[in-house]
Amino acid sequence: MNETLAVVVEREMPFPPEKIWRALTQPRLIEEWLMKNDFKPAVDHRFVLRGDWGSVDCKVLEIEPNKTLSYTWAAMGLESVVTWTLSPTNTGTNLRMEQIGFRPDQQQAYQGAKFGWQKFFANLEQILARPD
Amino acid sequence: MSNAHDLLFRTLADPTRRALFERLCREGEQTVAALTAQSGVSQPAVSKHLGILKQAGFVSDRHVGRQTHYSAQLGALAPLIDWTNQMAGFWESRFDDLENLLKRMDQ
Repeated sequence: MNETLAVVVEREMPFPPEKIWRALTQPRLIEEWLMKNDFKPAVDHRFVLRGDWGSVDCKVLEIEPNKTLSYTWAAMGLESVVTWTLSPTNTGTNLRMEQIGFRPDQQQAYQGAKFGWQKFFANLEQILARPD
Repeated sequence: MSNAHDLLFRTLADPTRRALFERLCREGEQTVAALTAQSGVSQPAVSKHLGILKQAGFVSDRHVGRQTHYSAQLGALAPLIDWTNQMAGFWESRFDDLENLLKRMDQ
């Protein structure tokens, strides 16, 4: 359970990187495709994404206009980092999102998550991490 | 939320039941008597919890004479660890929304 998990979603888009960059970094636009937020394009800026199901705590780690953006993504026991990479192509942009996460415990999938899951999974992790 | 998840979470939501499962994970196979001795609840209660754990696939049992031995089935936790699939689905639909937004922008 200690292994690092990665989710990669990649898509060719018929739009220039500059346009996609605006959608990734302007709060009013971010809200249209992701969640309500108080994002600012500044390293170390902390922001919160608010969805119907709960919220995600984030902090900007790295930012290079029109090229790359990464921020931490912490929600209900999950610590992860989301990195966006924009690469120009002949027809537009290749947009890549990579999310690297640790300690998946799926608490967000459960409404009644107040049962001491954290401790439970922490204990299980210790058990599973032991050499046989 | 899938039914499989629902069953897993409901099964583990009871602290006594969760403690039994944790002990089996930590200490390996145990008899009902041994589990009862440390659980602080009656043997029928322990047996009932074990029955529910078994139904959800968290434990397996084997009979040795008049004793029943229980052991943890760690594979039962797999759906809880299936985080990547859930997140991949989440991001795919965010990408769809992002593309729709980009089409609408500047029009």
